[in-house]
Amino acid sequence: MSKQFQFKLVLLGESAVGKSSLVLRFVKDQFDDYRESTIGAAFLTQTVTLEDQTMVKFEIWDTAGQERYKSLAPMYYRNANCAVVVYDITQSASLEKARTWIRELQRQADPSIVIALCGNKADLSARRQVTQEEAKKYAEEEGLMWGETSAKSGEGVSDIFTAIAKKLPLTAAPSQRAGGTRGAAPGAARAGVDLNKQPSTQGSNEACNC
Amino acid sequence: MDEEYDVIVLGTGLTECILSGLLSVEGKKVLHMDRNDYYGGESASLNLTQLYRKFRPGQEPPTELGRDRDYAIDLVPKFIIASGELTKILVHTNVTRYLEFKQIAGSFVYRDGRISKVPSTEMEAVKSPLMGLFEKRRAKKFFEFLQGWRDEDPATHQGLDLDRDSMKTVYEKFGLEPGTQDFIGHAMALYLDDDYISKSARPAYERIVLYTSSMARYGKSPYIYPLYGLGELPQSFARLSAIYGGTYMLDKPSDEIVTDSDGKFVGVRSGSETVKAKQVIGDPSYFGAGKEAEGGKIRVVEDGKVVRAICILKHPIPGTDDSDSVQIIIPQNQVNRRNDIYIAMVSSMHKVCASDIYVAIVSTIVETDRPEQEIAPGLQLLGPIYDKFVSVSPLYTPVSTGQTDNIFITRSYDATSHFETVVEDVQDVWKRIVGKDLVLKKRDEEGEP
Ligand SMILES: Cc1cc2nc3c(=O)[nH]c(=O)nc-3n(C[C@H](O)[C@H](O)[C@H](O)COP(=O)(O)OP(=O)(O)OC[C@H]3O[C@@H](n4cnc5c(N)ncnc54)[C@H](O)[C@@H]3O)c2cc1C
Ligand SMILES: Nc1nc2c(ncn2[C@@H]2O[C@H](COP(=O)(O)OP(=O)(O)O)[C@@H](O)[C@H]2O)c(=O)[nH]1
Ligand SMILES: [Mg+2]
Repeated sequence: MSKQFQFKLVLLGESAVGKSSLVLRFVKDQFDDYRESTIGAAFLTQTVTLEDQTMVKFEIWDTAGQERYKSLAPMYYRNANCAVVVYDITQSASLEKARTWIRELQRQADPSIVIALCGNKADLSARRQVTQEEAKKYAEEEGLMWGETSAKSGEGVSDIFTAIAKKLPLTAAPSQRAGGTRGAAPGAARAGVDLNKQPSTQGSNEACNC
Repeated sequence: MDEEYDVIVLGTGLTECILSGLLSVEGKKVLHMDRNDYYGGESASLNLTQLYRKFRPGQEPPTELGRDRDYAIDLVPKFIIASGELTKILVHTNVTRYLEFKQIAGSFVYRDGRISKVPSTEMEAVKSPLMGLFEKRRAKKFFEFLQGWRDEDPATHQGLDLDRDSMKTVYEKFGLEPGTQDFIGHAMALYLDDDYISKSARPAYERIVLYTSSMARYGKSPYIYPLYGLGELPQSFARLSAIYGGTYMLDKPSDEIVTDSDGKFVGVRSGSETVKAKQVIGDPSYFGAGKEAEGGKIRVVEDGKVVRAICILKHPIPGTDDSDSVQIIIPQNQVNRRNDIYIAMVSSMHKVCASDIYVAIVSTIVETDRPEQEIAPGLQLLGPIYDKFVSVSPLYTPVSTGQTDNIFITRSYDATSHFETVVEDVQDVWKRIVGKDLVLKKRDEEGEP
């Protein structure tokens, strides 16, 4: 059987740069110009199969809009194995915001976290404000992965997620990995107690514990 | 911010976050604000920097305690009862996917100067020093009676009526000694005082059954606890709300509750902007709690006080078999009080502190004007205390149901050791707001391919 790994991936970046759209493209290969917000779809999974048949399952956490007024809960990025920090190539301010997130990650997150800087809306290159050279240079200096994407056309989207999958340290035992992250998909091994498990039926009728 | 909302929620404590999560799922347009830059309000879990900022402004946390981010210290000590109402809400709303739980390793009770484990298996019960041999037999009969009770089958009633007879009558029928009554009423039914004895036996019966079924569920104790602290609970319900369209603003002061000439709610003013909504929900601190009524309306009243001492230890609590987490109950009779003293302890196993650190919170309902002395019997059980943060919190309750002015105020977190009363408050506020009982629907596995 091929090996399977599970990782928690979080999206970070300014509001409206296309984080949710990127996830929707990656997971469902869809795009919607007029999608309002992220209702009901902030916890998705997608599996990438590498050339050696290793399966990397991403447990993807979208921000659910909580980034808008600086209200992302620590729970959101806790134990993230990888982060996709997104900016909009037509908004240079969004790259500044991405830099802030990256600094925060470097300060706070586990040093082994894999960070990818992602310039989205590449289809709007006529309105480009952030050059490829500028972003690439910054990414190289900070040791980040980098790529441009268009959630609208699909260009570059699977490439960036596949590149992350390849770069994740796949050395830990698979079960350890899957159990180590929070909110593991149903069926995945969990370290603690499982509330969804039905109580044993004998419990209530049994003579008391005393 | 010129949009209009269905509901504005003030404060991100657990009660408010459960309500905004459930209301958002129901399709309501919710704006949720908190004056702090962190989630959780009075029920937050703080890192060391935040803890020192709150209790010792200007003082740096000692470096020997380790990294700031390893800490999540609860402000309110509570555990989740495994088969209780909060567990039901967690499962039904599916927020369990954001959380991971561990058991609390043991529940202990204080008797005659020492602590003993509340038995969790038949073996432990046989060995327990809490009762003598004959008393154990009487107690066994009592528990068999409770477990066997069926409302519709008079043969199981043994001549008793749980609704009409008092708990005193039930205890007497089985000839239970006062010490055993203490143990059952306080360590199992989790009553804080002895008022229940003279009342109908039904609620006590229900609480004992809840305790035993929770104990049977995972084995070691009836309690579970979320990794990274209780502050994860409000955060996970806030996420639920956000996923269903709720808007979140932290670090956002609420400067005025704006009402019309009839006193009905209009909106909330923050700085120079006012956001409008049909209804407002919030914790008492947003409605004048602890402040002089400056010409405004009195919306909340004080209903007792709780004293809590957060104690940082460098060792497990003596006499608990080095348990990584415990509850210890000191029944009021044992120390000549009217209310029990509680100790709740968690440790690095629950990812709430650095390794080799233990965090115990000692609490009780204040009965005198020297609250810190009242918890001394609890503090004495802890051994050497590395550092201690004591606070006295008034408990506030709203003076009105909110049905006439659309202002719905929640209650402060009480002295009980679990979340059952928090859920009661959620259900109560829900009914006042929506006009119907809260019925939990199982949420779909959204987002799963
Ligand atoms: C993308 C991302 C991933 C992360 N992943 C992890 C993870 O896997 N595991 C993990 O434990 N944490 C992680 N963190 C860190 C996490 O965000 C929080 O910092 C940590 O959980 C504590 O949260 P907090 O908000 O209470 O504290 P913080 O955000 O650290 O700080 C709260 C407040 O304290 C202040 N403060 C913080 N440190 C100091 C200091 N030394 N001196 C003075 N003031 C200070 C801050 O300015 C802030 O006002 C991650 C952070 C990010 C951004
Ligand atoms: N042209 C173009 N528009 C995009 C692209 N990605 C997202 N958008 C649009 O940008 C807006 C914000 O996207 P959204 O995914 O909600 O951003 P988020 O706030 O970062 O999650 C929406 O109107 C999207 O349709 C893209 O690649 N190209
Ligand atoms: Mg989004």
